[in-house]
Amino acid sequence: MTQLHESAAVDAAPKGKGAEVFVGICFLLSVLATIGLAVTYWVGGQPQVEGILLFVTLGGIGIGMVAWGKYLVPQGPFVQEREVLKSEIVERQAMLASLDRGQKQLGRRSFLGKMLGASIGLFGAINLFPFLRSLGPVPKKALTTTPWKKDALIVGPDGRVVTTSTLEVGGVLTVFPSYDVGGAISQTILVRVANENWTTRPGRETWGPQGYLAFSKICTHAGCPVGLYQELTQQLLCPCHQSLFDVLTGATQVFGPAPRPLPQLPIYFDANGNLRAQSGYLEPVGPGYWERG
Amino acid sequence: MIVTQATDWFDERLGIAKFTRKSLNKIFPDHWSFMLGEIAMYSFVILLFTGVFLTLFFVPSSKDVIYNGAYAPLRGTKVSEAFASTLNISFSVRAGLVMRQMHHWAANVFIAAIVVHVCRVFFTGAFRKPREINWLVGTGLLVLAIVNGFLGYSLPDDLISGTGIRIAFSIVLSVPVVGSYLAFLLFGGNFPGNSIIPRFYSLHILIIPALIVGLLSAHLAIMWHQKHTQFKGKGKTDRNVVGVAMWPAYAFQAGGFFFVTAAVIAILGGLVQINPIWLYGQYVPYRVSYAVQPDWYMGWLDGALRLMPSWEIQAFGHMIPNVFFPAVLLPGITFTLLGAWPFIEKKITKDNLEHNLLDNPRDVPWRTSLGVGILAFYVVLFFASSTDVLANSFSLSLNFVLWAFRILLFVVPPAAAYIAYKLSVEASEVPGIGRRKRALIISRSEEGAFSTSESAPRSISHEEVIEELPEEVKYHNVLDGTEEYVMPSAVSAVSTVINNVSVDVDLGPLPSGGTGVYQIPRSPRGSAPNGRSNEQEQQGDLDD
Repeated sequence: MTQLHESAAVDAAPKGKGAEVFVGICFLLSVLATIGLAVTYWVGGQPQVEGILLFVTLGGIGIGMVAWGKYLVPQGPFVQEREVLKSEIVERQAMLASLDRGQKQLGRRSFLGKMLGASIGLFGAINLFPFLRSLGPVPKKALTTTPWKKDALIVGPDGRVVTTSTLEVGGVLTVFPSYDVGGAISQTILVRVANENWTTRPGRETWGPQGYLAFSKICTHAGCPVGLYQELTQQLLCPCHQSLFDVLTGATQVFGPAPRPLPQLPIYFDANGNLRAQSGYLEPVGPGYWERG
Repeated sequence: MIVTQATDWFDERLGIAKFTRKSLNKIFPDHWSFMLGEIAMYSFVILLFTGVFLTLFFVPSSKDVIYNGAYAPLRGTKVSEAFASTLNISFSVRAGLVMRQMHHWAANVFIAAIVVHVCRVFFTGAFRKPREINWLVGTGLLVLAIVNGFLGYSLPDDLISGTGIRIAFSIVLSVPVVGSYLAFLLFGGNFPGNSIIPRFYSLHILIIPALIVGLLSAHLAIMWHQKHTQFKGKGKTDRNVVGVAMWPAYAFQAGGFFFVTAAVIAILGGLVQINPIWLYGQYVPYRVSYAVQPDWYMGWLDGALRLMPSWEIQAFGHMIPNVFFPAVLLPGITFTLLGAWPFIEKKITKDNLEHNLLDNPRDVPWRTSLGVGILAFYVVLFFASSTDVLANSFSLSLNFVLWAFRILLFVVPPAAAYIAYKLSVEASEVPGIGRRKRALIISRSEEGAFSTSESAPRSISHEEVIEELPEEVKYHNVLDGTEEYVMPSAVSAVSTVINNVSVDVDLGPLPSGGTGVYQIPRSPRGSAPNGRSNEQEQQGDLDD
């Protein structure tokens, strides 16, 4: 004769008083820290104090609970049988029979089935429209062109016009066309080398007036700004993945993962001594993409 | 009695008694490594709590404003609303900085715990049948966690995260055929545009967390249904679970562990600075700082980007850009192979049996060495993300550091795998390995000769028989009809009422007089080949 409910065995606490006191202290500390937290918050808050008090508040509850669950209640170990996951053969057969029944009942009207599939499929496709049409424009020429145009006035980040005396030899400045200051795509790095009218490559004889050379600042690897100029070696370094470009040979990649040189911007000084672009970039700037070819 | 009333109320509506009894009596195997997944889950809960707090103050907009807040050095500068509101959270909102830093730390802990948990599951073979589905779900969770970490990291619009977004744009751009369209759709045009912060925001706080909650629930439900695996040991077989009961021991230990995890994240958030965006400044596309490093879980990708030779494929008027290989192909292969591993291993071992007992990593040297080798590959990639810092700190040339890592990437993994294999094989050949060490007693005889003998086993409790929970034994005995069931008067009174309205109760007519003795009809149990009555086979290693 047995009762299920009332007869649950109450085991004595495995560890006695010591554990009880410890758990009590943990909860007490938590309460005190919570009060402290409330006071700290009330008087205006202080991150370090809040962090420490939160630690004590949460840690007190946590350690107290773990200790209670570990030392004040029976740990067994108890054993339990695993139930078999897979169903009896008869269950599977019954399921298959039901599936079959439904399929046969539907199967007679296969044309309707195809129509249902078509309607749902079409509706699903329609749902892609907002993603394809409204989320963003189609690239078109956005990747092959930059805001740079013929005769664009070249200015620094502060909008000041670049003249023959803007940079010392070894100097470096980020420049933009005057109508796109700060532009992410038009950003160009201007360096001045010692050699007057330096030709980086054949065909670029007029591109480096008075030692001024302009290159796209967007790394051809992953698009970071190639922001560090080592004057001694006359190399540009991309700080993201350490691609190194040699300025005198036309910012050719000499080290690191960058696969292509930085495109060079043809520039000239106008009659007033202001720096201008001879034209836009002659090739796409920045990292590669499928259509680039 | 109030408890009885409440449980009766619910049981009459939901029929909770059986499920609740099973859940309360559920046995959890005990091992420290089973807490790794718990750390991940608890970190996610903390992410939800702190994240909700942050959404109340964060403004997901890249619109320019003049900063006029509490942080003096940036006052009067042009910043985005996202950046300004993050500064506001850090300096003006009470407890805002702690919440923000806890959120960031919790994200790092979340992903770290998942990674270590994956390693535990891999090296112990816990992914084998019947747990392949949960391995796939877990792989999905890992990917989502990494993606959401990156998205959240990008939201403050600071100089370092902005550079990360720029790299992300280039990576999306590099996808063959559709890359440029994908990138323009995601960013709402060419980089940088004004859409990316609000779009990352809805992904970060809504879409991906919803997916994580869904997969996490599935992960837990499947785990609950299939029951935990357990390590080999005394009394443990493939057909049972040995450990502590859910109620109250496990519930208190696991519930307490949540608070412990939260406490550790709280003290990290309070005392250890993370992502001080006011030192980096607002993202400006043409600015960049030295030592640009992502959060740790993106390190392997950053390292791969750095180590990749400067190759790019150009053919037939099309280009496969350099970053495609390290940043699209590598992660694609990584997560595909990771997800497919249980099926790959099954192909190799031809093992189609159900496994509930875990392997000790040393028992399966080939899997252990493979795992160690692959792990070593990613560890080298991770350290390669600091080539510039290493070169500077040790006054080496960048060139040297880069080439050293390129070589290490192909030397370290096989070496690590070889060492792991040798160690596993040798360790498993050591007699008595994995058993509790016993103290040796050296005694000296009267003649002066020394002799050694083993001491007695340390704890007597290990010799005790492992039993089922007493309530479960009783419950099953009553069901089997080996014990008779006495209806307590209080319960029988309630049942009488139920009997009047429900005809399903199969207890027979109530004799007058309140309490009665019933024979509950025998329900055939143990119809499966390994029913309870069968003597269970002791196939685990005997632990002492």
